[in-house]
Amino acid sequence: MSSLAVDSILVNDKACRVWREGSGAPLGFLAGFGGLPQWIPFLDRLAEARTVIVPSLPGFPGGLGHADLDSHLDWVLATHDALVAAGLAGADLVAASVAGALAADVAGIFPGIVKRLVLMAPFGLYDDGEPTGDPWAQKPPDQPGALCAKPEAWTAMTTLPEGGNALEWQIEGVRANEAAARFLWPLGDTRLAKRLGRITQPTLLLWGEGDRIIPPAYAGRFQAGIKGPTSTVTIPGAGHLAYLDQPEAAAKAILSFLG
Amino acid sequence: MKQMWFHLMPYTELPDDFRDKHPSVWVDIDSRLFNPERAHIMYNDFMDELEYAAEMGFDAVCVNEHHANGYGLMPSPNLIASALARRTSDAMLCVMGNSLALYNPPLRVAEEFAMIDCISGGRLIAGFPVGTPMDTCYAYAQNPSMLRARYLEAHDLVMKAWQTPETFSFNGRFNQLRYANIWPRPVQKPHPPVWIPGGGSVETWRWCAEMDYVYCYLSYFGYKAGQATMKGFWDEMDRLGKDRNPYRAGFLQFVGVADTHDEAMQLYREPAEYFYGRCLHVSAQWANPPGYTSEATIRAGVESQIGRAAGLMQKEILKARRAVTEMRDIVDAGYVIVGTPDEVAERLREVAKTLNVGHLMYLLQYGNMSKQLALYNTRLFAEKVMPQLRDLFDDRWEDRWWPKPMAAHRRVEPAPLGERPRRAAAE
Repeated sequence: MSSLAVDSILVNDKACRVWREGSGAPLGFLAGFGGLPQWIPFLDRLAEARTVIVPSLPGFPGGLGHADLDSHLDWVLATHDALVAAGLAGADLVAASVAGALAADVAGIFPGIVKRLVLMAPFGLYDDGEPTGDPWAQKPPDQPGALCAKPEAWTAMTTLPEGGNALEWQIEGVRANEAAARFLWPLGDTRLAKRLGRITQPTLLLWGEGDRIIPPAYAGRFQAGIKGPTSTVTIPGAGHLAYLDQPEAAAKAILSFLG
Repeated sequence: MKQMWFHLMPYTELPDDFRDKHPSVWVDIDSRLFNPERAHIMYNDFMDELEYAAEMGFDAVCVNEHHANGYGLMPSPNLIASALARRTSDAMLCVMGNSLALYNPPLRVAEEFAMIDCISGGRLIAGFPVGTPMDTCYAYAQNPSMLRARYLEAHDLVMKAWQTPETFSFNGRFNQLRYANIWPRPVQKPHPPVWIPGGGSVETWRWCAEMDYVYCYLSYFGYKAGQATMKGFWDEMDRLGKDRNPYRAGFLQFVGVADTHDEAMQLYREPAEYFYGRCLHVSAQWANPPGYTSEATIRAGVESQIGRAAGLMQKEILKARRAVTEMRDIVDAGYVIVGTPDEVAERLREVAKTLNVGHLMYLLQYGNMSKQLALYNTRLFAEKVMPQLRDLFDDRWEDRWWPKPMAAHRRVEPAPLGERPRRAAAE
């Protein structure tokens, strides 16, 4: 983490944090449910091979402005603008969970912005025959286990670091859940199915084998819809947020896909 | 003081093992527990009870809105209020209320409330709750991140529709209408009184003060738990320079009256334990959709005096959900006030004065209380408690928030059934 740089960009005139670490060709990462309240080991693994650039989307930790975004179009444009402002136009992009739904649309609608795409258990589709899990309506003690195969991985990321401000930390966590709800409530279906055919980039679909939020079988639906060449990798011992459960394996699969 | 009779319309036949076998009374309650033919009887009993309360001289009868809820069988309180408009003549009709963000377009509320106001000759109190998380975000799938903004915009639209004589365009964030023009219009001018049921949110208190609306704290946990919240409310009114007119506020209280204290404990034990044991069995998973509680309220919850008051209330609620399901504890905690008419009157006088509340809303039917007992409770209360409290506050304060109906002699009564032309049996 010694080379970590923290910058700020403006998205719709609101500040959003950008982390940069490593060297080599830029690689973007958009985090999943809960965002990134603090640095995680997964990013170190990616940074061993690439310059990892991690913008926060509005409302997720480090980012403001989610309450200005009302429609799906607002969110897709905000994601586009965040990627451009962070210097990621034309770079490879990894997007997980809730951000996966937005990254898939950016890749399809603005093909020049995303070179190759990695979607980690993205939201965006909903199938009545195999419903997605509800990440919000969880009793607090059940939430870590709903999101991660190793609940302690979620707890570690969301525990207040020493010296932190407890109130701000709590508000940031609630805000992240709200931001995701703002564009995905109640089912997580952004009608992405209609637009998957616009994605022509080489795409890797990466799924935790034990994902309790987006069933791993959804990988097949994405694969069938995306026009570009796709492959799917399933990670054993991982839940919905595979980058928290299995940082090594997730990073390895991504770097191997990107070559 | 105004004394109002409130019905939640609880399903009265939840099984004895409901708490152990079912996760929640709300949102995902098992619909196989619902027997429509039994509900036929319940609805008619409940409406009899409301009509009886009006006849016994309560100042108002109150109904409210819940969805997918085993203790509240009124997804549409307007249906009940409409029937009450025909079968009552002097009592006000307090619809407490319509969750504005759930109606698309919200003009529907302006229209239906105007209908009730016309049918009743101007007896409507228009309640506008945001709605609980269970009702709004889960049962009706509203986005918690947008709920409050939608609610506020819907409020603006309804108020404009009631008060603007011309057809107008409305270009809101969530609602766009080229031709907004409601027909009918309410009897009461400029509009029926607006009351806001809410929890302990600072923003709601401020908004009520700004708009000059009545704030109603509809807690199921009685006057002891309500003290902190109402203190928070009045402290905020002081800060905003508003007077302490008790008619700015409403408060809900469960009551059971009998000839002796022991008899009251005995008579109301089962319905109270049914309510606190089964009806309030709500799964914690529905409590906190993200964004429902504003960041300002979360901050206030940690930082301020008011927040500590609201926090106290939350603790009471949690405590209640965990433990207080036995009659003695329920009464000790103040959730239900029971006793002889004099005891109850004395306690309610203390409640009204301590909380400084001019609109007391009584729940005299709760849980699985039978119609017979509900009517007994209502009659005894009306005859022996109500008169003792009627004059409270009126020497000093005016209720500016009470409906202004048409003069009694200008209002019509429904024609008795026997006088109507009937079809011949052969037709």
